[in-house]
Amino acid sequence: MLARVGFLAPLVVYLAVFFGYPLLANQSMALREYTAASFYTGEAPFVGAANYAAVLADPVFGTALSNTALFTVGSLVFQFAIGLALAVFFQRHVPLNGLLRSLLLVPWLLPLVVSGTVWRWIFDQEYGVLNQTLLGLGLIDQGVPWLSSTSMALASVTVANIWVGIPFNMVILYGGLQSIPAHLYEAAALDGAGPWQRFRHVTWPLLRPVSAVVLMLGLVYTLKQFDVIMVLTQGGPANATQTLTTWAHALSFGELDFGLGAAVGNLLIVIALVFALVYLRGLRTQPGAPGSGRRG
Amino acid sequence: MAVHRRVRTAFTTVTAVAIVAVLLFPLYWMVNASFQPPAGLLETPPRWLPIGGTLEGYRAALDGQGQALLNSLAIAAGTVALTLLLSVPAAYALSRFRVRGAGVVLFALLLVQMVPGIVMANSLYAVMNQAGLLNTHLALILADSTVAVPFAVLILRAFMVTIPKELGEAAMVDGAGAARVLWSVILPVSRNAMITAALFAFLFAWADFLFAISLNTDDSVMPVTVGIYRFIGAHTADWNSVMATGVIASIPAAVLLVAAQRYVAAGVTGGALKD
Repeated sequence: MLARVGFLAPLVVYLAVFFGYPLLANQSMALREYTAASFYTGEAPFVGAANYAAVLADPVFGTALSNTALFTVGSLVFQFAIGLALAVFFQRHVPLNGLLRSLLLVPWLLPLVVSGTVWRWIFDQEYGVLNQTLLGLGLIDQGVPWLSSTSMALASVTVANIWVGIPFNMVILYGGLQSIPAHLYEAAALDGAGPWQRFRHVTWPLLRPVSAVVLMLGLVYTLKQFDVIMVLTQGGPANATQTLTTWAHALSFGELDFGLGAAVGNLLIVIALVFALVYLRGLRTQPGAPGSGRRG
Repeated sequence: MAVHRRVRTAFTTVTAVAIVAVLLFPLYWMVNASFQPPAGLLETPPRWLPIGGTLEGYRAALDGQGQALLNSLAIAAGTVALTLLLSVPAAYALSRFRVRGAGVVLFALLLVQMVPGIVMANSLYAVMNQAGLLNTHLALILADSTVAVPFAVLILRAFMVTIPKELGEAAMVDGAGAARVLWSVILPVSRNAMITAALFAFLFAWADFLFAISLNTDDSVMPVTVGIYRFIGAHTADWNSVMATGVIASIPAAVLLVAAQRYVAAGVTGGALKD
Protein backbone atom coordinates (compact mmCIF):
# COMPACT_ATOMS: atom_id res chain seq x y z
CA MET A 1 0.00 0.00 0.00
CA LEU A 2 2.79 2.38 0.94
CA ALA A 3 4.53 1.67 -2.34
CA ARG A 4 1.35 2.44 -4.20
CA VAL A 5 0.97 5.81 -2.50
CA GLY A 6 4.56 6.45 -3.50
CA PHE A 7 3.55 6.65 -7.16
CA LEU A 8 1.07 9.41 -6.52
CA ALA A 9 2.89 11.27 -3.75
CA PRO A 10 5.33 13.20 -5.98
CA LEU A 11 2.42 14.59 -7.99
CA VAL A 12 0.51 15.58 -4.85
CA VAL A 13 3.58 17.34 -3.43
CA TYR A 14 4.11 19.01 -6.80
CA LEU A 15 0.51 20.24 -6.94
CA ALA A 16 0.83 21.62 -3.41
CA VAL A 17 4.12 23.41 -4.08
CA PHE A 18 3.41 24.72 -7.58
CA PHE A 19 -0.30 25.38 -7.42
CA GLY A 20 -1.46 25.33 -3.80
CA TYR A 21 1.25 27.50 -2.32
CA PRO A 22 1.43 30.06 -5.16
CA LEU A 23 -2.34 30.45 -5.23
CA LEU A 24 -2.41 31.06 -1.49
CA ALA A 25 0.56 33.42 -1.80
CA ASN A 26 -1.39 35.29 -4.43
CA GLN A 27 -4.26 35.82 -2.00
CA SER A 28 -1.84 37.14 0.59
CA MET A 29 -0.09 39.39 -1.94
CA ALA A 30 -3.39 40.90 -2.98
CA LEU A 31 -3.95 42.04 0.61
CA ARG A 32 -0.51 43.62 0.99
CA GLU A 33 1.49 46.50 -0.34
CA TYR A 34 3.74 44.20 -2.25
CA THR A 35 6.25 46.10 -4.36
CA ALA A 36 9.68 45.39 -5.82
CA ALA A 37 11.18 46.49 -2.48
CA SER A 38 9.23 43.76 -0.69
CA PHE A 39 11.30 41.15 -2.47
CA TYR A 40 14.50 42.57 -1.01
CA THR A 41 13.38 43.73 2.43
CA GLY A 42 10.87 40.94 2.93
CA GLU A 43 8.42 43.53 4.23
CA ALA A 44 4.96 43.88 2.73
CA PRO A 45 2.59 45.79 5.00
CA PHE A 46 -0.93 44.41 5.28
CA VAL A 47 -3.35 46.84 3.66
CA GLY A 48 -6.59 44.89 3.75
CA ALA A 49 -8.82 45.43 0.75
CA ALA A 50 -6.98 48.58 -0.35
CA ASN A 51 -5.57 46.92 -3.49
CA TYR A 52 -9.00 45.72 -4.56
CA ALA A 53 -10.46 49.16 -3.86
CA ALA A 54 -7.70 50.80 -5.89
CA VAL A 55 -8.18 48.41 -8.79
CA LEU A 56 -11.96 48.77 -8.88
CA ALA A 57 -11.73 52.57 -8.66
CA ASP A 58 -9.19 52.74 -11.48
CA PRO A 59 -10.80 53.87 -14.75
CA VAL A 60 -8.69 51.28 -16.55
CA PHE A 61 -10.65 48.54 -14.77
CA GLY A 62 -13.86 49.26 -16.66
CA THR A 63 -11.97 49.47 -19.95
CA ALA A 64 -10.12 46.23 -19.30
CA LEU A 65 -13.29 44.44 -18.26
CA SER A 66 -15.24 45.49 -21.34
CA ASN A 67 -12.25 44.78 -23.60
CA THR A 68 -11.95 41.32 -22.07
CA ALA A 69 -15.64 40.67 -22.69
CA LEU A 70 -15.58 41.96 -26.28
CA PHE A 71 -12.36 40.16 -27.11
CA THR A 72 -13.59 36.89 -25.64
CA VAL A 73 -17.10 36.94 -27.12
CA GLY A 74 -15.86 38.17 -30.50
CA SER A 75 -13.18 35.49 -30.63
CA LEU A 76 -15.49 32.68 -29.55
CA VAL A 77 -18.36 33.51 -31.88
CA PHE A 78 -16.21 33.68 -35.00
CA GLN A 79 -13.84 30.86 -34.08
CA PHE A 80 -16.80 28.61 -33.48
CA ALA A 81 -18.82 29.67 -36.52
CA ILE A 82 -15.89 29.42 -38.93
CA GLY A 83 -14.64 26.22 -37.29
CA LEU A 84 -18.08 24.65 -37.61
CA ALA A 85 -18.49 25.76 -41.22
CA LEU A 86 -15.12 24.21 -42.07
CA ALA A 87 -15.91 21.03 -40.17
CA VAL A 88 -19.19 20.64 -42.07
CA PHE A 89 -17.49 21.43 -45.36
CA PHE A 90 -14.71 18.88 -44.85
CA GLN A 91 -17.22 16.15 -44.17
CA ARG A 92 -17.66 15.97 -47.93
CA HIS A 93 -15.56 13.53 -49.81
CA VAL A 94 -12.89 15.86 -51.06
CA PRO A 95 -9.70 14.39 -52.51
CA LEU A 96 -6.79 15.23 -50.19
CA ASN A 97 -9.29 15.76 -47.38
CA GLY A 98 -7.00 14.43 -44.65
CA LEU A 99 -3.98 16.34 -45.89
CA LEU A 100 -5.88 19.62 -46.14
CA ARG A 101 -7.36 19.23 -42.68
CA SER A 102 -3.99 18.57 -41.11
CA LEU A 103 -2.52 21.58 -42.90
CA LEU A 104 -5.21 23.68 -41.26
CA LEU A 105 -3.82 22.60 -37.89
CA VAL A 106 -0.53 24.42 -38.46
CA PRO A 107 -1.65 27.81 -37.07
CA TRP A 108 -2.71 26.04 -33.88
CA LEU A 109 0.68 24.44 -33.36
CA LEU A 110 2.75 27.59 -33.81
CA PRO A 111 3.94 29.53 -30.80
CA LEU A 112 1.42 32.34 -30.26
CA VAL A 113 4.26 34.84 -30.29
CA VAL A 114 5.06 33.81 -33.86
CA SER A 115 1.43 34.11 -34.95
CA GLY A 116 1.18 37.50 -33.28
CA THR A 117 4.35 38.65 -35.01
CA VAL A 118 3.04 37.61 -38.42
CA TRP A 119 -0.18 39.50 -37.86
CA ARG A 120 1.70 42.57 -36.71
CA TRP A 121 3.49 42.59 -40.05
CA ILE A 122 0.23 42.00 -41.96
CA PHE A 123 -1.43 44.89 -40.09
CA ASP A 124 1.53 47.24 -40.58
CA GLN A 125 0.07 50.60 -41.55
CA GLU A 126 2.57 51.49 -44.27
CA TYR A 127 3.94 48.24 -45.62
CA GLY A 128 1.47 45.64 -44.35
CA VAL A 129 -0.09 43.42 -46.99
CA LEU A 130 -3.61 44.19 -45.75
CA ASN A 131 -3.43 47.92 -46.36
CA GLN A 132 -1.43 47.45 -49.55
CA THR A 133 -4.10 45.13 -50.93
CA LEU A 134 -6.99 47.37 -49.91
CA LEU A 135 -5.22 50.39 -51.40
CA GLY A 136 -4.47 48.45 -54.57
CA LEU A 137 -8.13 47.52 -54.94
CA GLY A 138 -9.11 51.13 -54.37
CA LEU A 139 -11.20 50.25 -51.33
CA ILE A 140 -9.39 52.77 -49.11
CA ASP A 141 -7.60 56.05 -49.88
CA GLN A 142 -4.95 55.78 -47.18
CA GLY A 143 -3.56 53.10 -44.91
CA VAL A 144 -5.83 52.11 -42.03
CA PRO A 145 -4.04 52.31 -38.65
CA TRP A 146 -5.17 48.79 -37.69
CA LEU A 147 -3.09 48.58 -34.51
CA SER A 148 -2.39 52.20 -33.67
CA SER A 149 -5.90 53.64 -33.68
CA THR A 150 -7.92 53.32 -30.49
CA SER A 151 -11.05 52.50 -32.46
CA MET A 152 -9.53 49.73 -34.61
CA ALA A 153 -6.99 48.03 -32.36
CA LEU A 154 -9.33 45.79 -30.36
CA ALA A 155 -11.03 44.50 -33.50
CA SER A 156 -7.65 43.83 -35.15
CA VAL A 157 -6.32 41.95 -32.14
CA THR A 158 -9.53 39.91 -32.05
CA VAL A 159 -9.18 39.00 -35.74
CA ALA A 160 -5.67 37.67 -35.12
CA ASN A 161 -6.93 35.65 -32.17
CA ILE A 162 -9.84 34.25 -34.18
CA TRP A 163 -7.36 33.00 -36.76
CA VAL A 164 -5.39 31.28 -34.00
CA GLY A 165 -8.49 29.53 -32.62
CA ILE A 166 -10.15 28.26 -35.81
CA PRO A 167 -8.15 25.00 -36.09
CA PHE A 168 -8.95 23.87 -32.55
CA ASN A 169 -12.67 24.47 -33.07
CA MET A 170 -12.61 22.79 -36.46
CA VAL A 171 -10.84 19.65 -35.29
CA ILE A 172 -13.03 19.06 -32.25
CA LEU A 173 -16.25 19.83 -34.11
CA TYR A 174 -15.17 17.62 -37.01
CA GLY A 175 -14.71 14.78 -34.52
CA GLY A 176 -18.18 15.49 -33.16
CA LEU A 177 -19.70 15.44 -36.64
CA GLN A 178 -18.06 12.11 -37.45
CA SER A 179 -19.80 10.52 -34.48
CA ILE A 180 -23.29 11.41 -35.75
CA PRO A 181 -24.73 8.23 -37.31
CA ALA A 182 -25.07 8.52 -41.09
CA HIS A 183 -28.46 6.78 -41.09
CA LEU A 184 -30.02 9.78 -39.34
CA TYR A 185 -29.11 11.95 -42.32
CA GLU A 186 -30.43 9.32 -44.70
CA ALA A 187 -33.70 9.11 -42.80
CA ALA A 188 -34.01 12.90 -42.79
CA ALA A 189 -33.27 13.00 -46.52
CA LEU A 190 -35.97 10.37 -47.14
CA ASP A 191 -38.39 12.58 -45.24
CA GLY A 192 -37.56 15.29 -47.74
CA ALA A 193 -35.29 17.41 -45.56
CA GLY A 194 -32.96 19.69 -47.51
CA PRO A 195 -29.34 20.42 -46.54
CA TRP A 196 -30.29 23.31 -44.26
CA GLN A 197 -33.03 21.33 -42.53
CA ARG A 198 -30.71 18.38 -42.06
CA PHE A 199 -28.19 20.71 -40.43
CA ARG A 200 -30.83 22.42 -38.33
CA HIS A 201 -32.60 19.29 -37.11
CA VAL A 202 -29.90 16.60 -37.12
CA THR A 203 -26.42 18.12 -36.96
CA TRP A 204 -27.07 21.04 -34.64
CA PRO A 205 -28.92 19.24 -31.83
CA LEU A 206 -26.64 16.17 -31.89
CA LEU A 207 -23.54 18.33 -31.91
CA ARG A 208 -24.65 20.29 -28.86
CA PRO A 209 -22.57 18.45 -26.23
CA VAL A 210 -19.40 18.81 -28.29
CA SER A 211 -20.21 22.45 -29.05
CA ALA A 212 -20.58 23.13 -25.34
CA VAL A 213 -17.18 21.61 -24.56
CA VAL A 214 -15.49 23.56 -27.35
CA LEU A 215 -17.06 26.85 -26.36
CA MET A 216 -16.28 26.46 -22.68
CA LEU A 217 -12.67 25.44 -23.26
CA GLY A 218 -12.34 28.30 -25.73
CA LEU A 219 -13.77 30.69 -23.18
CA VAL A 220 -11.33 29.72 -20.47
CA TYR A 221 -8.38 29.99 -22.86
CA THR A 222 -9.48 33.27 -24.43
CA LEU A 223 -10.04 34.83 -21.04
CA LYS A 224 -6.38 34.40 -20.21
CA GLN A 225 -4.98 35.15 -23.65
CA PHE A 226 -1.80 37.19 -23.27
CA ASP A 227 0.75 36.51 -26.00
CA VAL A 228 -1.16 37.72 -29.06
CA ILE A 229 -2.18 41.02 -27.47
CA MET A 230 1.28 41.68 -26.06
CA VAL A 231 2.98 41.14 -29.39
CA LEU A 232 0.45 43.17 -31.36
CA THR A 233 -0.26 46.15 -29.12
CA GLN A 234 0.99 45.63 -25.53
CA GLY A 235 -2.51 46.57 -24.45
CA GLY A 236 -2.36 49.94 -26.20
CA PRO A 237 -2.90 52.39 -27.72
CA ALA A 238 -4.20 54.20 -24.63
CA ASN A 239 -5.48 50.92 -23.11
CA ALA A 240 -7.64 50.24 -26.17
CA THR A 241 -6.66 46.55 -26.10
CA GLN A 242 -5.94 46.24 -22.38
CA THR A 243 -7.60 43.13 -20.99
CA LEU A 244 -7.63 41.98 -17.38
CA THR A 245 -4.74 39.64 -18.18
CA THR A 246 -2.49 42.23 -19.82
CA TRP A 247 -3.42 44.78 -17.17
CA ALA A 248 -2.51 42.41 -14.33
CA HIS A 249 0.83 41.84 -16.04
CA ALA A 250 1.42 45.57 -16.51
CA LEU A 251 0.66 46.26 -12.84
CA SER A 252 2.93 43.50 -11.54
CA PHE A 253 5.80 43.48 -13.98
CA GLY A 254 5.56 46.99 -15.42
CA GLU A 255 4.72 49.10 -12.36
CA LEU A 256 6.20 46.45 -10.05
CA ASP A 257 3.17 46.64 -7.77
CA PHE A 258 2.58 42.93 -7.27
CA GLY A 259 -0.23 43.56 -4.80
CA LEU A 260 -2.33 45.31 -7.44
CA GLY A 261 -1.42 42.69 -10.05
CA ALA A 262 -2.44 39.92 -7.68
CA ALA A 263 -5.77 41.66 -7.01
CA VAL A 264 -6.58 41.85 -10.73
CA GLY A 265 -5.41 38.27 -11.16
CA ASN A 266 -7.78 37.15 -8.43
CA LEU A 267 -10.69 38.89 -10.12
CA LEU A 268 -9.76 36.97 -13.24
CA ILE A 269 -9.75 33.71 -11.26
CA VAL A 270 -13.26 34.45 -10.02
CA ILE A 271 -14.48 34.96 -13.58
CA ALA A 272 -12.68 31.82 -14.81
CA LEU A 273 -13.99 29.85 -11.83
CA VAL A 274 -17.59 30.78 -12.53
CA PHE A 275 -17.25 29.44 -16.05
CA ALA A 276 -15.20 26.46 -14.88
CA LEU A 277 -18.06 25.45 -12.60
CA VAL A 278 -20.55 25.83 -15.43
CA TYR A 279 -18.22 23.68 -17.52
CA LEU A 280 -17.80 20.95 -14.90
CA ARG A 281 -21.53 20.92 -14.29
CA GLY A 282 -22.04 20.57 -18.00
CA LEU A 283 -19.65 17.61 -18.04
CA ARG A 284 -21.69 15.71 -15.53
CA THR A 285 -24.75 15.84 -17.73
CA GLN A 286 -23.04 14.63 -20.88
CA PRO A 287 -20.52 12.01 -21.98
CA GLY A 288 -17.79 14.56 -22.63
CA ALA A 289 -14.79 14.92 -20.37
CA PRO A 290 -11.80 16.65 -18.90
CA GLY A 291 -10.26 19.88 -19.95
CA SER A 292 -7.14 19.93 -21.99
CA GLY A 293 -5.90 21.49 -25.17
CA ARG A 294 -3.39 24.19 -24.45
CA ARG A 295 -2.49 27.76 -24.01
CA GLY A 296 -1.77 29.54 -20.82
CA MET B 1 -24.66 12.07 -64.44
CA ALA B 2 -21.06 10.92 -64.04
CA VAL B 3 -19.79 14.09 -65.68
CA HIS B 4 -22.01 16.14 -63.44
CA ARG B 5 -20.59 14.44 -60.38
CA ARG B 6 -17.04 14.89 -61.57
CA VAL B 7 -17.61 18.61 -62.08
CA ARG B 8 -19.03 18.83 -58.60
CA THR B 9 -16.07 17.01 -57.06
CA ALA B 10 -13.68 19.27 -58.93
CA PHE B 11 -15.56 22.32 -57.70
CA THR B 12 -15.49 21.07 -54.09
CA THR B 13 -11.78 20.31 -54.34
CA VAL B 14 -10.99 23.77 -55.68
CA THR B 15 -13.04 25.31 -52.89
CA ALA B 16 -11.26 23.20 -50.29
CA VAL B 17 -7.83 24.17 -51.58
CA ALA B 18 -8.88 27.82 -51.70
CA ILE B 19 -10.06 27.70 -48.07
CA VAL B 20 -6.77 26.21 -46.94
CA ALA B 21 -4.83 28.76 -48.99
CA VAL B 22 -6.69 31.69 -47.44
CA LEU B 23 -6.30 30.39 -43.89
CA LEU B 24 -2.63 29.61 -44.35
CA PHE B 25 -1.84 32.85 -46.14
CA PRO B 26 -0.38 34.50 -43.01
CA LEU B 27 2.12 31.64 -42.77
CA TYR B 28 3.03 31.97 -46.42
CA TRP B 29 3.48 35.66 -45.82
CA MET B 30 5.90 34.95 -42.98
CA VAL B 31 7.97 32.59 -45.15
CA ASN B 32 7.87 35.04 -48.06
CA ALA B 33 9.01 37.95 -45.88
CA SER B 34 11.79 35.86 -44.35
CA PHE B 35 13.44 35.48 -47.77
CA GLN B 36 13.07 39.10 -48.91
CA PRO B 37 15.93 41.58 -48.77
CA PRO B 38 15.05 44.46 -46.38
CA ALA B 39 14.34 46.84 -49.26
CA GLY B 40 12.00 44.30 -50.87
CA LEU B 41 9.72 44.50 -47.85
CA LEU B 42 9.20 48.21 -48.28
CA GLU B 43 7.93 48.14 -51.84
CA THR B 44 4.48 48.95 -53.17
CA PRO B 45 2.89 46.73 -54.39
CA PRO B 46 4.37 44.08 -52.10
CA ARG B 47 6.54 41.30 -53.54
CA TRP B 48 4.18 38.36 -53.61
CA LEU B 49 6.88 35.78 -54.30
CA PRO B 50 10.33 35.40 -52.76
CA ILE B 51 11.95 35.66 -56.19
CA GLY B 52 15.47 37.02 -55.99
CA GLY B 53 15.34 36.06 -52.34
CA THR B 54 18.14 36.17 -49.85
CA LEU B 55 19.20 34.21 -46.80
CA GLU B 56 20.33 37.41 -45.07
CA GLY B 57 17.34 37.26 -42.75
CA TYR B 58 18.24 33.75 -41.64
CA ARG B 59 21.86 34.69 -41.08
CA ALA B 60 20.80 37.61 -38.92
CA ALA B 61 18.29 35.40 -37.09
CA LEU B 62 20.87 32.75 -36.25
CA ASP B 63 23.44 35.37 -35.24
CA GLY B 64 21.02 37.24 -33.03
CA GLN B 65 18.79 34.43 -31.77
CA GLY B 66 21.08 31.38 -31.77
CA GLN B 67 21.51 31.45 -28.01
CA ALA B 68 17.77 32.01 -27.51
CA LEU B 69 16.97 28.99 -29.69
CA LEU B 70 19.34 26.84 -27.64
CA ASN B 71 17.71 28.13 -24.45
CA SER B 72 14.27 27.22 -25.79
CA LEU B 73 15.51 23.76 -26.65
CA ALA B 74 17.02 23.23 -23.19
CA ILE B 75 13.91 24.52 -21.42
CA ALA B 76 11.57 22.42 -23.55
CA ALA B 77 13.66 19.27 -23.09
CA GLY B 78 13.83 19.84 -19.35
CA THR B 79 10.07 20.34 -19.20
CA VAL B 80 9.46 17.09 -21.08
CA ALA B 81 11.72 15.15 -18.70
CA LEU B 82 10.19 16.62 -15.55
CA THR B 83 6.65 16.17 -16.88
CA LEU B 84 7.10 12.48 -17.72
CA LEU B 85 8.90 11.81 -14.46
CA LEU B 86 5.99 13.21 -12.46
CA SER B 87 3.03 12.22 -14.55
CA VAL B 88 3.77 8.63 -15.60
CA PRO B 89 3.83 7.15 -12.06
CA ALA B 90 0.91 9.36 -11.01
CA ALA B 91 -1.21 8.37 -14.01
CA TYR B 92 -0.34 4.73 -13.32
CA ALA B 93 -1.50 5.01 -9.71
CA LEU B 94 -4.65 6.89 -10.69
CA SER B 95 -5.56 4.33 -13.33
CA ARG B 96 -4.74 1.05 -11.52
CA PHE B 97 -5.04 1.47 -7.77
CA ARG B 98 -7.88 2.48 -5.55
CA VAL B 99 -6.05 5.29 -3.82
CA ARG B 100 -7.92 7.39 -1.32
CA GLY B 101 -8.18 10.96 -2.54
CA ALA B 102 -7.74 10.00 -6.19
CA GLY B 103 -10.96 11.81 -7.04
CA VAL B 104 -9.71 14.96 -5.37
CA VAL B 105 -6.46 14.80 -7.32
CA LEU B 106 -8.30 14.37 -10.62
CA PHE B 107 -10.61 17.26 -9.83
CA ALA B 108 -7.62 19.41 -8.86
CA LEU B 109 -5.92 18.57 -12.17
CA LEU B 110 -8.98 19.76 -14.06
CA LEU B 111 -9.35 22.88 -11.99
CA VAL B 112 -5.73 24.06 -12.09
CA GLN B 113 -5.87 24.09 -15.89
CA MET B 114 -8.38 26.91 -15.56
CA VAL B 115 -6.06 29.10 -13.49
CA PRO B 116 -5.01 32.05 -15.65
CA GLY B 117 -1.30 32.02 -16.52
CA ILE B 118 -0.89 35.58 -15.30
CA VAL B 119 -1.90 34.53 -11.77
CA MET B 120 0.66 31.72 -11.90
CA ALA B 121 3.31 34.14 -13.20
CA ASN B 122 2.58 36.64 -10.46
CA SER B 123 2.79 34.16 -7.62
CA LEU B 124 5.56 32.01 -9.11
CA TYR B 125 7.65 35.17 -9.30
CA ALA B 126 7.44 35.43 -5.53
CA VAL B 127 8.14 31.71 -5.10
CA MET B 128 11.12 31.69 -7.48
CA ASN B 129 12.47 34.82 -5.86
CA GLN B 130 12.37 33.18 -2.43
CA ALA B 131 14.05 30.11 -3.85
CA GLY B 132 16.69 32.23 -5.57
CA LEU B 133 15.74 30.75 -8.94
CA LEU B 134 14.85 33.88 -10.92
CA ASN B 135 16.79 34.16 -14.18
CA THR B 136 17.56 30.46 -14.41
CA HIS B 137 16.53 27.79 -16.88
CA LEU B 138 15.23 25.75 -13.98
CA ALA B 139 12.68 28.42 -13.04
CA LEU B 140 11.25 28.33 -16.56
CA ILE B 141 11.27 24.52 -16.64
CA LEU B 142 9.35 24.40 -13.37
CA ALA B 143 6.94 27.12 -14.46
CA ASP B 144 6.31 25.54 -17.87
CA SER B 145 5.71 22.19 -16.23
CA THR B 146 2.67 23.68 -14.46
CA VAL B 147 1.01 23.79 -17.88
CA ALA B 148 2.26 20.40 -19.04
CA VAL B 149 1.89 18.18 -15.96
CA PRO B 150 -1.90 18.38 -15.44
CA PHE B 151 -2.47 17.77 -19.15
CA ALA B 152 -0.01 14.86 -19.24
CA VAL B 153 -1.44 13.11 -16.17
CA LEU B 154 -4.97 13.33 -17.56
CA ILE B 155 -4.05 12.08 -21.02
CA LEU B 156 -1.86 9.24 -19.69
CA ARG B 157 -4.45 8.18 -17.16
CA ALA B 158 -7.14 8.24 -19.83
CA PHE B 159 -5.03 5.81 -21.82
CA MET B 160 -3.94 3.60 -18.94
CA VAL B 161 -7.47 2.89 -17.74
CA THR B 162 -8.09 1.21 -21.09
CA ILE B 163 -5.27 -1.32 -20.53
CA PRO B 164 -6.82 -4.59 -19.40
CA LYS B 165 -6.28 -5.25 -15.68
CA GLU B 166 -5.21 -8.83 -16.41
CA LEU B 167 -2.09 -7.56 -18.13
CA GLY B 168 -0.61 -6.31 -14.87
CA GLU B 169 -2.15 -8.93 -12.63
CA ALA B 170 -0.43 -11.79 -14.39
CA ALA B 171 2.93 -10.20 -13.64
CA MET B 172 1.90 -9.48 -10.06
CA VAL B 173 1.08 -13.16 -9.56
CA ASP B 174 4.59 -13.95 -10.75
CA GLY B 175 5.84 -11.81 -7.89
CA ALA B 176 6.57 -8.53 -9.68
CA GLY B 177 6.15 -5.36 -7.62
CA ALA B 178 4.07 -2.39 -8.78
CA ALA B 179 7.14 -0.55 -10.01
CA ARG B 180 8.18 -3.58 -12.03
CA VAL B 181 4.71 -3.86 -13.56
CA LEU B 182 4.78 -0.19 -14.49
CA TRP B 183 8.21 -0.49 -16.06
CA SER B 184 7.91 -3.72 -18.00
CA VAL B 185 4.17 -4.07 -18.65
CA ILE B 186 2.44 -0.68 -18.62
CA LEU B 187 5.14 1.53 -20.13
CA PRO B 188 5.66 -0.51 -23.31
CA VAL B 189 1.93 -0.54 -24.11
CA SER B 190 1.56 3.16 -23.20
CA ARG B 191 4.23 4.27 -25.64
CA ASN B 192 1.89 6.26 -27.88
CA ALA B 193 0.19 8.08 -25.03
CA MET B 194 3.61 8.94 -23.62
CA ILE B 195 4.74 10.32 -26.96
CA THR B 196 1.61 12.48 -27.11
CA ALA B 197 2.19 13.77 -23.57
CA ALA B 198 5.86 14.46 -24.29
CA LEU B 199 5.11 16.24 -27.57
CA PHE B 200 2.64 18.56 -25.95
CA ALA B 201 4.93 19.24 -22.99
CA PHE B 202 7.57 20.20 -25.53
CA LEU B 203 5.21 22.45 -27.48
CA PHE B 204 3.88 24.18 -24.35
CA ALA B 205 7.38 24.95 -23.12
CA TRP B 206 8.70 25.92 -26.56
CA ALA B 207 5.81 28.34 -27.05
CA ASP B 208 5.79 29.79 -23.56
CA PHE B 209 6.05 33.56 -23.50
CA LEU B 210 4.30 34.71 -20.34
CA PHE B 211 6.52 32.87 -17.83
CA ALA B 212 9.64 33.61 -19.83
CA ILE B 213 8.99 37.34 -19.86
CA SER B 214 7.90 37.43 -16.22
CA LEU B 215 10.42 35.21 -14.43
CA ASN B 216 13.50 36.17 -16.37
CA THR B 217 15.34 39.37 -17.24
CA ASP B 218 18.61 37.74 -18.20
CA ASP B 219 19.41 37.66 -21.93
CA SER B 220 21.54 34.53 -21.53
CA VAL B 221 18.49 32.54 -20.32
CA MET B 222 15.91 34.14 -22.65
CA PRO B 223 14.03 31.70 -24.93
CA VAL B 224 13.27 32.49 -28.56
CA THR B 225 9.71 33.71 -27.93
CA VAL B 226 11.05 36.55 -25.81
CA GLY B 227 13.85 36.98 -28.34
CA ILE B 228 11.32 37.64 -31.11
CA TYR B 229 9.35 39.99 -28.88
CA ARG B 230 12.44 42.06 -28.06
CA PHE B 231 13.52 41.89 -31.70
CA ILE B 232 10.32 43.58 -32.90
CA GLY B 233 10.71 46.27 -30.28
CA ALA B 234 14.31 46.97 -31.16
CA HIS B 235 14.39 46.82 -34.95
CA THR B 236 11.02 47.26 -36.55
CA ALA B 237 12.63 47.67 -39.95
CA ASP B 238 14.33 44.25 -39.93
CA TRP B 239 11.15 42.37 -40.68
CA ASN B 240 12.97 39.81 -42.78
CA SER B 241 15.13 38.65 -39.88
CA VAL B 242 12.16 38.82 -37.49
CA MET B 243 10.21 36.59 -39.88
CA ALA B 244 13.20 34.28 -40.36
CA THR B 245 13.33 33.86 -36.58
CA GLY B 246 9.60 33.16 -36.65
CA VAL B 247 10.07 30.48 -39.29
CA ILE B 248 12.87 28.85 -37.27
CA ALA B 249 10.75 29.00 -34.12
CA SER B 250 7.97 27.22 -36.05
CA ILE B 251 10.16 24.29 -37.05
CA PRO B 252 9.22 22.08 -34.07
CA ALA B 253 5.54 22.49 -34.92
CA ALA B 254 6.17 21.70 -38.58
CA VAL B 255 8.27 18.65 -37.75
CA LEU B 256 5.61 17.36 -35.39
CA LEU B 257 2.93 17.79 -37.99
CA VAL B 258 4.85 15.79 -40.55
CA ALA B 259 6.48 13.19 -38.32
CA ALA B 260 3.98 12.77 -35.53
CA GLN B 261 0.63 13.79 -36.91
CA ARG B 262 -1.41 11.07 -35.27
CA TYR B 263 0.01 11.90 -31.85
CA VAL B 264 -0.91 15.52 -32.36
CA ALA B 265 -4.42 14.53 -33.34
CA ALA B 266 -4.61 12.33 -30.25
CA GLY B 267 -3.62 15.31 -28.13
CA VAL B 268 -6.17 17.68 -29.64
CA THR B 269 -9.17 15.42 -29.48
CA GLY B 270 -8.08 12.97 -26.79
CA GLY B 271 -7.70 15.46 -24.00
CA ALA B 272 -10.83 17.36 -24.77
CA LEU B 273 -13.32 14.62 -25.42
CA LYS B 274 -12.31 11.31 -23.94
CA ASP B 275 -12.19 10.28 -20.34
